[in-house]
Amino acid sequence: MNWLDTLLQGILLGGLYALFAAGLSLVFGIMRLVNLAHGDLIVLAAFLILLIVSSLGLDPFVAALIAAPLMFGIGWLMQYHLLNRTLGKDVLPPLLVTFGLSIVIQNGLLEAFTADSRRISAGTLETASMQVGGVNAGLMPLMTFASAVIVILALNQLIYRTALGRAFRATSDDVVTASLMGIRPNSIFAIATGLAMMVVTIAALYLGMRANFDPTAGPARLIYAFEAVIIGGLGSLWGTLAGGVILGVAQTVGAAINPEWQILAGHIAFLLVLLFRPRGLFPRAVD
Amino acid sequence: MASLIETRGLTAFYGDFQAIFGVDIRLDAGETIAVIGANGAGKSTLMRSIAGLIANQRDMVLHRGEAIGALGAPDVVRRGIALVPEGRKLFPSLSVEENLQIGGYGRRANGRWSLESIYDLFPVLKERRRNPATALSGGQQQMVAIGRALMSNPEVLLCDELSLGLAPVVIKDIYAAFSKIKSSGAAIIIVEQDIAQALKVADRVYCMMEGRITLTGRPSELERAQIHAAYFGAETHELA
Amino acid sequence: MTTGFETMTPESDAPAGWRSETGTRLARIFGLGALAAAVALAAAPFIVSRGVVQDLFFILTMLTLAQSWNLLAGYAGLISVGQQLFVGSGAYALFGLVILLGLDPILAIPLAGLFAMLVAVPTAFFAFRLYGPYFAIGTWVIAEVGRLLLAQWKTLGGGTGTSLPRDATRDMFGISALVDWFGMRPPAAADALAFWLALALATLTITFIYKLLRSKQGLGLAAVRDNETAARALGVDARRLKTLVYLLTAFVTGIVGALIYLQKARISPDAAFSLTDWTAYVIFIVVIGGIGTIEGPILGVLVFFVLQNAFSSYGSWYLLALGALAIITMLFAPRGLWGLISDRTGWELFPVRRILRGGTIRHDDKGGPNG
Repeated sequence: MNWLDTLLQGILLGGLYALFAAGLSLVFGIMRLVNLAHGDLIVLAAFLILLIVSSLGLDPFVAALIAAPLMFGIGWLMQYHLLNRTLGKDVLPPLLVTFGLSIVIQNGLLEAFTADSRRISAGTLETASMQVGGVNAGLMPLMTFASAVIVILALNQLIYRTALGRAFRATSDDVVTASLMGIRPNSIFAIATGLAMMVVTIAALYLGMRANFDPTAGPARLIYAFEAVIIGGLGSLWGTLAGGVILGVAQTVGAAINPEWQILAGHIAFLLVLLFRPRGLFPRAVD
Repeated sequence: MASLIETRGLTAFYGDFQAIFGVDIRLDAGETIAVIGANGAGKSTLMRSIAGLIANQRDMVLHRGEAIGALGAPDVVRRGIALVPEGRKLFPSLSVEENLQIGGYGRRANGRWSLESIYDLFPVLKERRRNPATALSGGQQQMVAIGRALMSNPEVLLCDELSLGLAPVVIKDIYAAFSKIKSSGAAIIIVEQDIAQALKVADRVYCMMEGRITLTGRPSELERAQIHAAYFGAETHELA
Repeated sequence: MTTGFETMTPESDAPAGWRSETGTRLARIFGLGALAAAVALAAAPFIVSRGVVQDLFFILTMLTLAQSWNLLAGYAGLISVGQQLFVGSGAYALFGLVILLGLDPILAIPLAGLFAMLVAVPTAFFAFRLYGPYFAIGTWVIAEVGRLLLAQWKTLGGGTGTSLPRDATRDMFGISALVDWFGMRPPAAADALAFWLALALATLTITFIYKLLRSKQGLGLAAVRDNETAARALGVDARRLKTLVYLLTAFVTGIVGALIYLQKARISPDAAFSLTDWTAYVIFIVVIGGIGTIEGPILGVLVFFVLQNAFSSYGSWYLLALGALAIITMLFAPRGLWGLISDRTGWELFPVRRILRGGTIRHDDKGGPNG
């Protein structure tokens, strides 16, 4: 077994998991909300891209460009009209409502698209590869990883260098005083979720091109996203990338030993981190 | 001509608890008024009602004659009424400069106040502009809080308990900046437990006790005994 | 039935004849009625058809799962979406004990519960390092670990699963008595046994939960749910209480799992560890019925049973509607159907609030709060 190859595959897989997790991390950072339907929303976005590709005959990347603002809208509406009503001191409503939402989305997709496995065709990109440090790496995984890095860079720029980002941080600190600044918390939360959905669209693009997906694929994606966030540590997007990479490497190493152990290996890595570093590997100092 | 700010029969509740019982106050352009009273008298509740943090009936709070009682804080700020909240309430995740900048988020009006002019007003903030806001001393934090409210170039500035927890020397520095704030044209309502300071800066004074106005007038016209009675209640005795 | 919990007390604590009670007249009437109903139900296998007995079995097992989840989430504030771990563990423990050790299934059932409780120990250890929504997903991940591990265990069928040997169920403890005395055929007798065990379990669980909530520990639990920090400051050992509740519900859930799969006689990891069957449906039942009350899950399971029978043939549309119904209920009627009923009528069939009764009000000569 070629360890270097396995390691590289794992790191690149981590890029995909980081993309899954970035939206989750962003929303939790701003409004302490974990959307249990997050994985199903990734799958929804993948089906949306598929729909655009098959009905308009467009390239997947162009389709994603069209899907992104649509997903922003869906996220905005979902947050403003549904999830904002669940925010408050009680943890139960957001959990149960998003759990219900997860079931609704899965079954809605099942009715609309049947349980068949789908794939977004990427043409030659699917098999293209290049040499990275003496090892052969697929072009698509490389692009996925690069996209993850770019997305995280962009989100950090947004959060730390723009007025909107200041508003995000202020609202996350103190909703009431933020309203004294003229910030409308309900709108801010909706914009944050909308942005998270755009990241979800990018994640969906790479998910769909890389592997088969079907309407019930959501929960597994949520779990990977969640594991990446916990391993990396709450509050840091770069930490989430690191978490994704560690998860990816654990999975590919597990798979290299025995293909049936891939997912289990990831869970074990997660439990180990939870055992020794309950706050994650790179948590933000202030919480 | 309508007053800048007027409250008519203002009442306010926290759940079932009534904090204010029919308060009438008035603020005219260019004025500085002070609301004094003991802890729990309802002064902060009054400020928060005007600022839109507490839900009131429409007609209980008027801005230039228009009913704003039912508006929420974001809308009240947009109208040019800014609150410096009790306890400063700076954003820990933001630096000093970012705390100032966020003050102008909802209302970007043209006027005297900008980052530069606020740094002129409180030069020590310029040195600490990149520090996390909560790392500053109490007095400096109060300056940030005032600057943050000024960034929206408000017509009306509401200041809730500026001197709370601050040393006398620091309080003096902060109120020293007041004349410059006044000269920029803002009308100001201050809530204070420090009676002496309040009487020094205010054109008119209201005294509250247990949710009601017990006294009002110009500082020069009020006697000490009157103020004591209104502040503490009729049964207290002068302590020499 | 004593359970060893301290109950709120009498004379030693309260002055001047005051007592803290939780009973009400309506509750006492209901209690008698419920007892009568339980006795009547016990006669069911002799009276109604096998199909109805199986339906009742389903209702009772789902009710037990729902009451357990309600105790965890509604009272202890532990919102777990991983209870399927214990259903699966209990079920697989049963199959393992019967198939590998040749144990009588009836005897294996309590052991299966114990096994589930043992599984809960490391689970709690890991999961309690997380809070809120992260705790929820953490329990889900650990359940997935359970599923994946069992799918690797080829002796019990691996990923495709296995069945209980027929002679194991035909010769269960009690079957021969039923066949000889009542002329039941063995399969019907097996269903009857499972039904009685489910009835006993449901009754015991509800009684136990009710006693727990009326006890000092129950008060502590409510305090922890409302404000953990404050509760701790008052000396409530939050961690210990939560762990206790978690382990006990794991035990009960494990027994339910063993019972259900004894009755089905066929198991697979995907089925025994199914999120939909053992968590989604249970959550639905508790939310629709009314979370945080004992009456709620009872109402919820009846509603669910009716809906399931009427609409489950509609497949995904049915599930979609259930999900939407749960969302709407959580948003507009957060205390569920029982909450709506109880608000209108003020009924409490399992009252747990403490009411001070019996003493006399003293009148002082002093006036006002400051004397």
